[in-house]
Amino acid sequence: MGEKALSLRERLAWGALGLMLFLGLWTFLSTSGIVPSQFLPTPLEVLNRIIRLMTDPFAGATLPQHLASSFQRYALGVLLAAAIGVPLGLLMGWFRLLDNIITPIFDGLRFIAPIAWVPFAALWFGTGIGGPVMIIFAGAFPPCLINAYRGARFVEPRLIEAARMLGTGNARMILEILLPDATPSIVAGLRVSAGLGWQSLVGAELIVAAAGVGFMMVQAQANVATPTVIAGMLAIGAVGMLIDVLLRQGEGWLRRRRGLEA
Amino acid sequence: MLGRRGWIGLGTIAALLVLWFVLTTATGWVSAARFPSPAEFWASLWQVSVRGYAGGQLLTHALHSLKLVAMGFAVAIITGVPLGLWMGWSRKAEAAINPVFLIIRPIPPLAWIPLAILWLGLGDAAKIMVIWFSAFVPSVINSFAGVRNIDRPLIEAARMLGTPHGRLVTEVIAPAASPMIFTGLRLSLQAAWTTLVAAELVGALVGIGFILNMAQQDLYPGMILVGMVVVGLLGWATTWLLGLAEKRALAWNVAARD
Repeated sequence: MGEKALSLRERLAWGALGLMLFLGLWTFLSTSGIVPSQFLPTPLEVLNRIIRLMTDPFAGATLPQHLASSFQRYALGVLLAAAIGVPLGLLMGWFRLLDNIITPIFDGLRFIAPIAWVPFAALWFGTGIGGPVMIIFAGAFPPCLINAYRGARFVEPRLIEAARMLGTGNARMILEILLPDATPSIVAGLRVSAGLGWQSLVGAELIVAAAGVGFMMVQAQANVATPTVIAGMLAIGAVGMLIDVLLRQGEGWLRRRRGLEA
Repeated sequence: MLGRRGWIGLGTIAALLVLWFVLTTATGWVSAARFPSPAEFWASLWQVSVRGYAGGQLLTHALHSLKLVAMGFAVAIITGVPLGLWMGWSRKAEAAINPVFLIIRPIPPLAWIPLAILWLGLGDAAKIMVIWFSAFVPSVINSFAGVRNIDRPLIEAARMLGTPHGRLVTEVIAPAASPMIFTGLRLSLQAAWTTLVAAELVGALVGIGFILNMAQQDLYPGMILVGMVVVGLLGWATTWLLGLAEKRALAWNVAARD
């Protein structure tokens, strides 16, 4: 905006400079002793730790094993949220009465952070799989519902009128008119859900789990194993990014396919 | 006046309250160990408001949580918005900061909690740090996008009229980007509350999250519900306040006047 667009080479150079400054400052802070290295390991130590964690267990499992158990809960929670949220959203988009009944409840619950469900989740479903799954569900559910609902509400009215004139029943109307037309919105909602679900998972595991990356980080924190804490953060970030990239790809694929069909 | 929609909404809420009473008190289908009855909820609310619970009265806990969110949120605005504006303005700043941002951004704010506790302990400082982190990212991204979406002719016109650099930022760039900035702030505020609750659940000595934490350990459903309701109310109230501020700040903006 202020200047002309940079060439690729300039961008790379500035990017490298920024990264070097960041890593350099980090290394300097930890090696100079301004921050005790016990609390801030150098980037290299963190990298080493990640490599070691691939094979050496910490808090009962290696990093890939912790990730696998986190991912299992995560997938369960997000799938559950989609399986309930999307159909409910579509139904609310079609049946006005249902909309009027559920919207006030939903608006009331919206301001309660998903993490605040932790005590009830632990009380109702325990700290193994059920509790964390419920918290992930609480994080991932709203975007599923809202996007399916909005998608269904903003279907071209002419489409609905035409289908109605041809005598389409409620079930076929929802499955064959509303659902296809709302798909882009639903998919966008799923992507948001996937991100929020991953965040909720981290929170849930920090508080109530007995396995998973979050649990590993809490254990590491209690043992002042700072490299392991940072390794956990990076692993969570990397998996979260991977999920987002994959879903983006899926969204793009779907869009292209629909574009060809139209 | 209430429309048809409003009446059905009120009816739903009334029906839910009746259902709550029927399921817990009247029939006992939902056991008191799982979910409190209305009377237990009321008793818990009374207990924490007057006699106190988890080391303080409700008002003390609520004000403490509110203070932490306000401070973390304020630090995030002070640091995030200028950084976003700068990255939007200068391609070089964007190119230099983006890679670092790409590493930090995917890490959920909640994942910073263990590190914050290691660095700063269980007190207020650690919580303000994680709230700052959680609210920082949306502030930066939206301020950045706000600047990038400004009409070029607007800036060129201001330049041609000889507007000095400082005034260009304060009187053209910042106002033009402000609708987007406020969108970012709303997301930031939500993230701040989520993070606060999580941080207080992980470890605290006072605050609403601490009430939840103690109630969970005491297996005290009535107090859990009180904590959740208070968290929801505080979130709602602060969002409403931010909405008021937005309306005032954007009063000049015709598009936002709806």
